Amino acid sequence: MSELATPAAAQAAKPVTSTILAALNKALTDAFEADPKMLALGEDLADPEEGGIVGVTKGLSTRFGDDRVRSTPISEQAIIGAAIGASLVGYKPVAEIMLMNFTTVAMDMIVNHAAKLRFMSGGQTSVPIVIRTMTGLGYGSGGQHCDYLEAWFAHTAGIKVVAASTPQDAYGLLRSAIDDPDPVLFIENITSYRTPMPGPLPDADHRVPLGKAAVQREGSDVTLISYARLAGESREAAKLAEEKGLSVEMIDLRTIAPWDRETVLPSARKTGRVLIVHEAVKQFGVGAEIAAVINEELFGALKKPVRRLGGAYSPVPYSNPLERAYAPDRQRILDALVELAG
Amino acid sequence: MTTHGFNPGKETLLDIYRRAALLLANDVRARKVISSGQIAMVYYSYRGQEIIPASFCAALRDDDYLCTIYRGIHDMLAKGFPLDLLWAELAGRATGSCKGKGGPMHLTYPPKGVMVTTGVVGSSMPIANGLAWAAQVAKTDQVAVATFGDGASNIGAFHEALNLAAVWKLPAIFVCQNNGFAEHTVYAKGTSAREIADRANGYGIPGVRVDGNDPVAMYAAAKEAVDRARAGDGPTLIEAVTFRFMGHVFGDADTYIPKDMKQAAVAADPAPRFRQKLLDDGVATEQELAALEADIERQIDEAVAFALASPWPEADDLRFDVFAEEIMV
Repeated sequence: MSELATPAAAQAAKPVTSTILAALNKALTDAFEADPKMLALGEDLADPEEGGIVGVTKGLSTRFGDDRVRSTPISEQAIIGAAIGASLVGYKPVAEIMLMNFTTVAMDMIVNHAAKLRFMSGGQTSVPIVIRTMTGLGYGSGGQHCDYLEAWFAHTAGIKVVAASTPQDAYGLLRSAIDDPDPVLFIENITSYRTPMPGPLPDADHRVPLGKAAVQREGSDVTLISYARLAGESREAAKLAEEKGLSVEMIDLRTIAPWDRETVLPSARKTGRVLIVHEAVKQFGVGAEIAAVINEELFGALKKPVRRLGGAYSPVPYSNPLERAYAPDRQRILDALVELAG
Repeated sequence: MTTHGFNPGKETLLDIYRRAALLLANDVRARKVISSGQIAMVYYSYRGQEIIPASFCAALRDDDYLCTIYRGIHDMLAKGFPLDLLWAELAGRATGSCKGKGGPMHLTYPPKGVMVTTGVVGSSMPIANGLAWAAQVAKTDQVAVATFGDGASNIGAFHEALNLAAVWKLPAIFVCQNNGFAEHTVYAKGTSAREIADRANGYGIPGVRVDGNDPVAMYAAAKEAVDRARAGDGPTLIEAVTFRFMGHVFGDADTYIPKDMKQAAVAADPAPRFRQKLLDDGVATEQELAALEADIERQIDEAVAFALASPWPEADDLRFDVFAEEIMV
């Protein structure tokens, strides 16, 4: 930067970026500001406990009070149960389960109760809660802190499953999840919170509708479908593929359940070649469901069998080379794209 | 009629008896209707435990919340669940409280505070905390009651819920109906605590053991807990000691219940015993009670008839109430 550049000029030259962490914090703050029925609870969530271990809820308890924003004991069943109960009578609780693997100790509350009470009560009650939880590879946390378990929840009727890969989508999806009259599991990726990404933080009226995928790159040779962190890797792989002369249509699902058939199927019909990528174990994963529906609906239009890349059929390993071997990365996505197009 | 010098008064005693008589008659009818083949359902009889909810519900208001369990039809009827909607739901009809989608284990009726009925042991408690939290935030003086059995005091949800309720000083009341058996397993074989009420000590909240078959003692314990919760002084664990006359599920052979134990309990059948006491103490006349009971039978007749004459749900109903919006695929 020239010494002569004015601060304003410097500002203009610097691309505007934002982070998912700031977007989530703003989404919660704006939602609390807008609705006195908003509540939040979870381990270490309030400001005396540092506003969450990542800081997503920083500032909320100071601003909106200890009644509405509460740190909890390490009691996942109690956390989700309290969220459910308050939601039954008109509150809008956002519950944080620190890590996605810890949803396992609250599965009864999530799967048997949150997801089913509307149906089992014949629509007399509903559970408009959001369960925020983080997960993902990258910090060498091993087998019980990094699993992507979205398929378990996507397999349960009555709960929606969402994962954002950009700050703008993180904001818009979280606000929509809060607005939604039914329970939503909101998955955050552990290594993505502080990564600067293009674009500013959205305004308070920004929403991303649930159930609507984003076509992040249009193309004609291959349809590439992903979500969460690997949507970012997929975007990069699609760019690299373009340099090799491949035209890739890249779709970020954003909502995993219910997923957006109206966007995915026409794209698959157009390209006839589909690659689905996720960090979760490939076997019985979300990719299997999408591939099955594409086969059911578009068998004759496909030029190649639908291809999937996913996590290895093993617990998440600790050692760095093993961890890198576990899940798809940019290069493996690129290789699969080239192979599919060939 | 007094217990520890406490006298709830004639009106409350009759209120408790009216509820108890309804619960007793409804259980007898449910088993009859199942046995006759008119309605096929999995049924968890509460016979013998009627006095507990008949008493604690007399200490509650309509806008107080109840989370109960699969053996909970006595709880919800005592709380005011309408008989016609109940029976239509038991019969799986479209006119049931839950449109036939919930059934006996998931009966729900928010207008009377019956917010959740769970089929999972222990799960009534964490949700009752949330209802209590809502009342606390809204600064109403509503309370939330969770009922459950002795077996449920051994599942994690019990401990997580009591701890959170204590830490947050929630207006929650945990009513353990200790009927001596966790499904088929006798109390001492599955529960380490001498008394379930003792477990309250671990959470720093009041724990009260009471004869759940004694309406005055049960009402007094409930009233004290309700008053404490409404005043903002936090939760209470009530262990209401009772006995389950039937097996775990209607139709099981209940060979695990010692015969002499069962005979003694049946001989001291709490609802008829309470009835006799009302007569002996001059609280009510035979004629008054007989009229009340006849009216209950008539109401049940009408509810069963309504249920059996009601239409079944349509297959297409599966697409509704999964989410607020209908399922398209």
